[in-house]
Amino acid sequence: MDPIFWLLIACAVAIVAVLVTAVVVRRRGMALPPRVERPEIPTAPTEPAHTASTTPSLPGLAHEADTSALDVPEAPASRLVRLRRRLAGSQNALARGLADLLAKDRIDAATWDDFETTLITSDLGVGPATELTTALRQRLAIDGIVDSVQAHAILREELIRLVGPDVDRTVHTSGISDPDAEDVPGVVLVVGVNGTGKTTTVGKLARVLVAEGKTVVLGAADTFRAAAADQLTTWGDRVGVETVRGAEGADPASVAYTAVAAGRDSGADVVLVDTAGRLHTKTGLMDELGKVKRVIEKIAPVTEVLLVLDATTGQNGLVQARTFAEVVDVTGIVLTKLDGSAKGGIVVQVQRELGVPVKLIGLGEGVDDLAPFDPAQFVDGVLGD
Amino acid sequence: MFDTLSDRLSATFRTLRGKGRLSDADIDETLREIRIALLEADVSLTVVKDFVAAIRERAKAEDLSKSLNPAQQIVKIVNEELIEILGGETRVLRFAKKPPTIIMLAGLQGAGKTTLAGKLAVWLKAQGHTPMLVAADLQRPNAVNQLQVVAKQAGVAAYAPQPGNGVGDPVAVARESVQVAQHHLHDVLIVDTAGRLGVDDELMQQAADIKAAVNPDEVLFVVDAMIGQDAVNTAKAFETGVGFDGVVLTKLDGDARGGAALSIARVIGKPIMFASNGEKLADFDLFHPDRMAGRILDMGDMLTLIEQAERHLDKEESQKAASKLLGLGGGEFGLQDFLGQMQAVRRMGPLSKVFGMLPGMGQMRDQLDAIDESSIDRIEAIIHSMTPAERANVSILNGSRRSRIAKGAGVQVSEVNNLVTRFVEARKMMQSMGGMMTAGGPGARKGRQAPAAKKKGRGVSGNPAKRGQAAIASAAAPVAPDPSVFGAGNMPRTEAELAEAMKDFQLPPEMQQFLNPKNKGPQR
Repeated sequence: MDPIFWLLIACAVAIVAVLVTAVVVRRRGMALPPRVERPEIPTAPTEPAHTASTTPSLPGLAHEADTSALDVPEAPASRLVRLRRRLAGSQNALARGLADLLAKDRIDAATWDDFETTLITSDLGVGPATELTTALRQRLAIDGIVDSVQAHAILREELIRLVGPDVDRTVHTSGISDPDAEDVPGVVLVVGVNGTGKTTTVGKLARVLVAEGKTVVLGAADTFRAAAADQLTTWGDRVGVETVRGAEGADPASVAYTAVAAGRDSGADVVLVDTAGRLHTKTGLMDELGKVKRVIEKIAPVTEVLLVLDATTGQNGLVQARTFAEVVDVTGIVLTKLDGSAKGGIVVQVQRELGVPVKLIGLGEGVDDLAPFDPAQFVDGVLGD
Repeated sequence: MFDTLSDRLSATFRTLRGKGRLSDADIDETLREIRIALLEADVSLTVVKDFVAAIRERAKAEDLSKSLNPAQQIVKIVNEELIEILGGETRVLRFAKKPPTIIMLAGLQGAGKTTLAGKLAVWLKAQGHTPMLVAADLQRPNAVNQLQVVAKQAGVAAYAPQPGNGVGDPVAVARESVQVAQHHLHDVLIVDTAGRLGVDDELMQQAADIKAAVNPDEVLFVVDAMIGQDAVNTAKAFETGVGFDGVVLTKLDGDARGGAALSIARVIGKPIMFASNGEKLADFDLFHPDRMAGRILDMGDMLTLIEQAERHLDKEESQKAASKLLGLGGGEFGLQDFLGQMQAVRRMGPLSKVFGMLPGMGQMRDQLDAIDESSIDRIEAIIHSMTPAERANVSILNGSRRSRIAKGAGVQVSEVNNLVTRFVEARKMMQSMGGMMTAGGPGARKGRQAPAAKKKGRGVSGNPAKRGQAAIASAAAPVAPDPSVFGAGNMPRTEAELAEAMKDFQLPPEMQQFLNPKNKGPQR
């Protein structure tokens, strides 16, 4: 407890004193009723209307609406190949910009400016974009390359280096099997801000694991958002995976605990825990998330904490990642919605600053559109090879 | 954490000090900083370029180089331009002459459409309308259920004839809903559609079909404040694919700077109509261009801070503590008050965040990031181990009391000692700072009267009933202030005036000195 600390606290308290008076002034102007903190959500048991219609909408995978018929998910290995063209859609400004650059006979300063611009518009951030441009410029100048094929190869190399090829990108899902003690399942905790696609990711990941022949239990620890547990249950039912859920508004930590305990008792290989979306600025909710992890660890170590980031997210993604990493020690990133026009360049900064690799990418609304992240293939996709 | 724009600019101008006048090159340097600041706030690059060019024009026209404080001038110009673009066209919802009024929501997946439908319903309901939600998101698993739950929470009707999860025709649902609404006398229809990507032609066509089927009076494009450079592409795709009339910005309660708002307003030219800033259905408001401008520039946001304070502080308790602290009666500022205030601050967010919202704290970022919040827990534990009497008066803490407290809190006695001495020191400091801030800061215009009214009330607070009255009196007192008492009449009366006052708010120099890193090195 050093003096600086006290100083800050003292300031904080003094500021509050001033703020209170400010609030009084403000209050006068607007005669609003006082806000109530987090009103109790009426627990509305929703009708399980979805069970009748668990057919996925994707053509080719559609079965008859027969609840006993389970989907057979596609093996993950073949996925990225199939999904690669989605990375290189017609909307892809990056690929177009790079192609333009390389198509030119002479590369002048204006071209380099355009190039940097193109990188910035993929949310790469000003710093990394400038660095990459400088690095590329130097290499081309030193090697004296004017040939567009060679330039293309160098660009590819630099981009791959930027997304970092040599990191462990496997999703750790194996638990501990100790002959002396009880076996515990691997636990994957999925976290992120609202609306990035956590529940969908959990659902898709469950399919991947089922395809690998693993037994999976889902934990619907999103007890806040309306019908989130139903959404997860629908995903689980499609592949015949049990979903452990609590009442709406229940303590998410208790739901997570029950799910992991159920996984352990049934001898499952993996338990996937979906959490409620929370903005990283909400201290209370972040503490809640820390608790979820701590409580799970009473039974089994959390083998993987996946942060779900939306590819459209801008520079705020870095702040999000940093805050979540502080609270739950994120071990991997899932980049979703990459099939849109956004390129998710923010992960480069996240990867660089926090050392947390991108492990999975979401490339569409289809049930099997989740693929392992592979830097080389990803870059090829972006470059439109 | 990035530096705020004003910090960056002052750093740029510091190197220019002594030159007297700004050259064109200096202005270019400044504009470069502005460019980076805007890009880091996720304003789209093309918009940044246009914008910076416009600023350059204006800066030259106004002959900034001769001004005394060019940094502030430039920030002012930037701010004004921002507000102009963001608030260029403000308008309210258009209601149909012949009900029902139909509002359609469209946007990317996860932008917050379904939640927004509920918020809009609550807002409309409060204005005397009878809205009905229409579940036309039949794509995402259980989106229909979610809408039904949201409708129940909002206390409005929901029309959801299809189970969703990929089953049913959203166009048909939307078409039927109009008849249902007429039949059940709902005057506003809010059509929630599935999230879709700008590049998905099939789904865009579906959205256009829904639009054609119901002919909505307003199509609102719902966009997440966290969206990056892609905002413009997406907005354009929706504009050409579906066509929208207004924009709603969601998740503003995060700390994203929301440059997308600027990009969309500039490129598409459609007004931003609403802002949604919380998870509760009531967290929904009209869009305030001036606040958004401050946010994009990261100019320290006193208004947001005040708003947060309003939400999280127990006004009466804090006011009592404040008046004690400022020496305006009510006894001495004790550990209990200290604890209360400290917890109040923590409710507003992590300390570094709260401080970050104060203007001029940019140079403190490093120290702020180094704050260890867990030591606050320890302080709380120690205070919690004290009796009320001890908390009120630390001077009664003798050796045996201290050792008991240490045991209770699970710390060493030395830590308790440390806390007590530090608290006494800090109290002195807080008193002087509090005094300064009320004298020099925005409090100058109002600092006196509120606690004074409080004091009057305190004289009669013997029994609870009267205390209640006193509280009412103190709350009511500032409503009708006598200008002659408070001098000059420069007290802000309205929110707008307060906002004006807050804009000029700077920490008083003494306090900045307190915070100066140099003053606290040695004992570390």
